[in-house]
Amino acid sequence: MTTPSSRPSATSSTIDVPAPAKRRRDNRVWRRLRRNRRALFGFVVLLIIVIAALLAEIVSPYDPNAQDLRSRLQGPTAEHWLGTDQFGRDVLSRMIYGGRISLQVGFVSVGIALIIGGGMGLVGGYYSGRIDTVLMAFVDVLLALPAFLLALAIIAALGPGLINVMIAVGIANIPAFARITRSSVITVREQDFVAAARAAGAKDGRVMIRHIIPNALSPVIVQVTLSLAGAILSAAGLSFLGLGAQPPTPEWGSMLSSARPFIREAHWAVTFPGLAIVITVLSLNFVGDGLRDALDPRSKR
Amino acid sequence: MLQYLARRLLLIIPILLGVSVIVFGIMHLTPGDPALLMLGENATQEQYENLREQLGLNEPVVVQYAIWLGRMVQLDLGRSIRSNRPVLEELLARFPATVELAAVAIGLAIIIGIPIGVFSATRPDSFADNVATVGALGGLAMPVFWQGLMMILIFSVWLGWLPSSGRLGGWQYYILPAFTLGTSAVAAITRMMRSTMLETIDQDFIRTAKAKGVLRASVLYHHALRNALLPVVTVIGLQFGNLLAGAVITETIFAWPGIGRLAVDAIRSKDFPVVQGVVMMFAVTYALVNLFVDILYAYIDPRVRTRYSGS
Repeated sequence: MTTPSSRPSATSSTIDVPAPAKRRRDNRVWRRLRRNRRALFGFVVLLIIVIAALLAEIVSPYDPNAQDLRSRLQGPTAEHWLGTDQFGRDVLSRMIYGGRISLQVGFVSVGIALIIGGGMGLVGGYYSGRIDTVLMAFVDVLLALPAFLLALAIIAALGPGLINVMIAVGIANIPAFARITRSSVITVREQDFVAAARAAGAKDGRVMIRHIIPNALSPVIVQVTLSLAGAILSAAGLSFLGLGAQPPTPEWGSMLSSARPFIREAHWAVTFPGLAIVITVLSLNFVGDGLRDALDPRSKR
Repeated sequence: MLQYLARRLLLIIPILLGVSVIVFGIMHLTPGDPALLMLGENATQEQYENLREQLGLNEPVVVQYAIWLGRMVQLDLGRSIRSNRPVLEELLARFPATVELAAVAIGLAIIIGIPIGVFSATRPDSFADNVATVGALGGLAMPVFWQGLMMILIFSVWLGWLPSSGRLGGWQYYILPAFTLGTSAVAAITRMMRSTMLETIDQDFIRTAKAKGVLRASVLYHHALRNALLPVVTVIGLQFGNLLAGAVITETIFAWPGIGRLAVDAIRSKDFPVVQGVVMMFAVTYALVNLFVDILYAYIDPRVRTRYSGS
């Protein structure tokens, strides 16, 4: 949501969890989401980006790494819709392949944060007590640095590279998931159906999987969408600094930084990959905001 | 208030200790021998032994940490591998530039963000409100590095109005970096201001004030804004963390001689003592800003104070 590093706390709100009338609620959420024009727009754009990334081999007009030194730094033409870069590579094709990398980085790092952070939040929120105190102390330490700086520090330790960026951005996102999952789990834990399940003899594991997780999920889903946006921004930022994807990998951030010396002659090689980031992140934020409004029973809409 | 202050101050210590573990870990838990990593491949055996000794690498990890922490507390951050100058000296030489840039950026963000947010909230769902909202969302989605380059392209390359790099030479040098750095803060402040203002306007005491016949402007500024500003103060504090992070990239783009650029250079050249120093400096700054925000908050809102001293 915010600049390179994103601290989701500004937008995250706790959501009241309705009793488990799940099917009906899903329909209502979907209806509300469809009526939200911004969310719908974001959803459609994301769908296009995902499909283009998945079908990059078919969709992209050129090989992303094919150099053609005779036509270097050319402006947008009929052959090269978005122009060429300093090696005569097709900017559009590189952007499409870059989308694949950015999405991959986003999903992997958010996956790391979701599994570790979400797990910590679930355990801490469900058992409370000493485990909770220890887990949250750990989270507080991670929060002592803004997320992007934490990622930067981890990269300093692990060394540059795309995989390390995924790990670093993933760890930097753990606190957000730990906190949101925890507060959501605490709300659900206190409800009657959980007490009923326990009284009926269900073990902790079963209560968590069957009763707590499904009902505590809404705010976590919203966080996944917003964190994806933040993770893509952070990863692109790290690559821009030369700490992530290395040339010639067509990653949006590293495309920008390698085309930067030629900005006077050929700004398109800088402009368009950046626009791709803006559009992707904006769409994710639209969907995330829309989801939050749709899932939150108190929302005004 | 004093009691609150004391409690809040004590809270910083465990956090900074935690950070020190992370920072220590950066150097010592990484795969490979830090001494070898720092020296590169062309070092002699003697250099290597000396550095191991100097870094205390022959001791057990816990002892190493204790020694290192002891030095840190005494502000002995070691020497830069590249320049061989004391790390603290390098940090202090660069820090003012970063603070300056961040201060100008947050100042711009407050001056621009609060009025737009209030304006939007007084005309919800109007055309102007929609423009402001979409603009704010766009501001949040824009990568700092791309925005910086676009601003250089437009205002330096095409229009030739403003310099694209450097710091000394006048106010013009501040405009592009500060706007680049401050944009996301503008967006965040605008959004928060709008939503808290909307909530406040809905409340009973505002209706009462209006019913009493208080002028509309007076209701807005004396009653609503004062109450709506509270959460905005928190956002401003949070934004400061983002500004520190953004400074790393902004300073790299605009060749701004602050600690953000120092951090990137140090990471690239594996100058670990400097990396540690910068990260520690960021953490301390961030902790102090959060402390300041909390105190400010307690000062503005008496309820916070009582909640702390009550238990």
